[in-house]
Amino acid sequence: MKRVRVIPVLLLQKGGLVKSIKFKDHKYVGDPINAVKIFNEKEVDEIVVLDISATEEKRPPNIAQVKDIASEAFMPLAYGGGITRLEEIKELITSGAEKVVLNTAAYKNPALITEGAKWVGSQSIVVSIDVKKNLWGKYKVYVQNGSKPIDTELIAYARQAEAAGAGEIFLNAIDRDGTFEGYDEDLIRLVSSAVNIPVVAIGGAGHIQDFTKAVHKGASAVAAGSLFVFQRPHRAVLISYPSQQDLKEKFFKEL
Amino acid sequence: MLTIVDYGVGNLASIRNMLKKIGVEALISSKAEDILAADKLILPGVGAFDTCAEKLQQSGLLETLEQKVIKEKTPVLGVCVGMQLLTEGSEEGKLPGLGWIKGKIVRFNQGKLPSSFKIPHMGWTEVKLNKQSKLFNEMFEEPRFYFVHSYHPVLDNAADALVTADYGYSFVAGMEHNNIMGVQFHPEKSHKFGMKLLENFVKYY
Repeated sequence: MKRVRVIPVLLLQKGGLVKSIKFKDHKYVGDPINAVKIFNEKEVDEIVVLDISATEEKRPPNIAQVKDIASEAFMPLAYGGGITRLEEIKELITSGAEKVVLNTAAYKNPALITEGAKWVGSQSIVVSIDVKKNLWGKYKVYVQNGSKPIDTELIAYARQAEAAGAGEIFLNAIDRDGTFEGYDEDLIRLVSSAVNIPVVAIGGAGHIQDFTKAVHKGASAVAAGSLFVFQRPHRAVLISYPSQQDLKEKFFKEL
Repeated sequence: MLTIVDYGVGNLASIRNMLKKIGVEALISSKAEDILAADKLILPGVGAFDTCAEKLQQSGLLETLEQKVIKEKTPVLGVCVGMQLLTEGSEEGKLPGLGWIKGKIVRFNQGKLPSSFKIPHMGWTEVKLNKQSKLFNEMFEEPRFYFVHSYHPVLDNAADALVTADYGYSFVAGMEHNNIMGVQFHPEKSHKFGMKLLENFVKYY
């Protein structure tokens, strides 16, 4: 039986844990360390923590917080937000993160991907690509937490990231974020067929069946935010993660 | 005392974090005296084989390690590329390994993998025990571990294979030969499964 990684993604804003809808309307969800502890107890496959206010506030990664989180994370931890220099990548890795996630920096300074990969290995450099459809239905890449469109075309951008040394692409559909409507399957198919590195799908997962669809379109792993921190219909905060039995029966068996 | 050999590669904090969680204070050190004083060693490693082999050479610790592991039979656990270094060498590079376990490291054969199986093998995979080992004493059911690698061992002596795992095909994911053992996966990032394995290494060796 092949297992596919199922990854909770936590967003930090001003030190607290939040969750958005389409990258807006951030709702406070709780204390990040506590959330990581709970996810650790639930034996999640991996965890991604993104400080979404760091770049906007021109702030480097909060190393002390990463150390705190890493000491409670007995699974791989990826950290992103505010990274602009190789020194920060080194510091994050030695603080206990397995992977760093580059978004705005990957666009502004692609050499950082290469330098990072050379120092720590490609497997630890994740390039995050946030994508939104424009009025004509064409995919556009955004940086700075979804606030700024860039000129580079999506496929070219993904291939550039791979060529620069990224080991993984974290592909986020902004329009699906927090909606529970399912992943953007066209987007997953387009990007994963254009690169040879793993593509992690995020944005819109509403239930376990969405994972299967994403993998069938080419995703190597699936991630979700709202699905694992909210209970529907009222978005009440409740941290959850599918049981091993559910994953096997409803996901891995379908692959 | 358990010493994690610091020769300039790897995420050493993760291993120490997990040991701390099970109540073991480990020393991270690049000093020969700390290695000589240890009753157990962990040899970490990530990235390219030659980078690790070169740094290990440059660390000046080779003789000390040889003294401890081969002469004094101090238990050593290699992790990821640290495990690969225990063998004679790797297709990935030109430098020799420590040669403590007979065999070499080869790249995943893409031709034998179904097309949806990308290299590196990254993620959680269950392992099968190839022989009795104290490392797997009272292990939880269906033990799964976190892997990140593009190369895997091919051992000369089948009896040295500790566990196998499946990624498109079955490969050796861990080795054990007397006091020398290594795992391709990351126990320090593998929840209760990795914790049990590290605990057993501390307790039974």
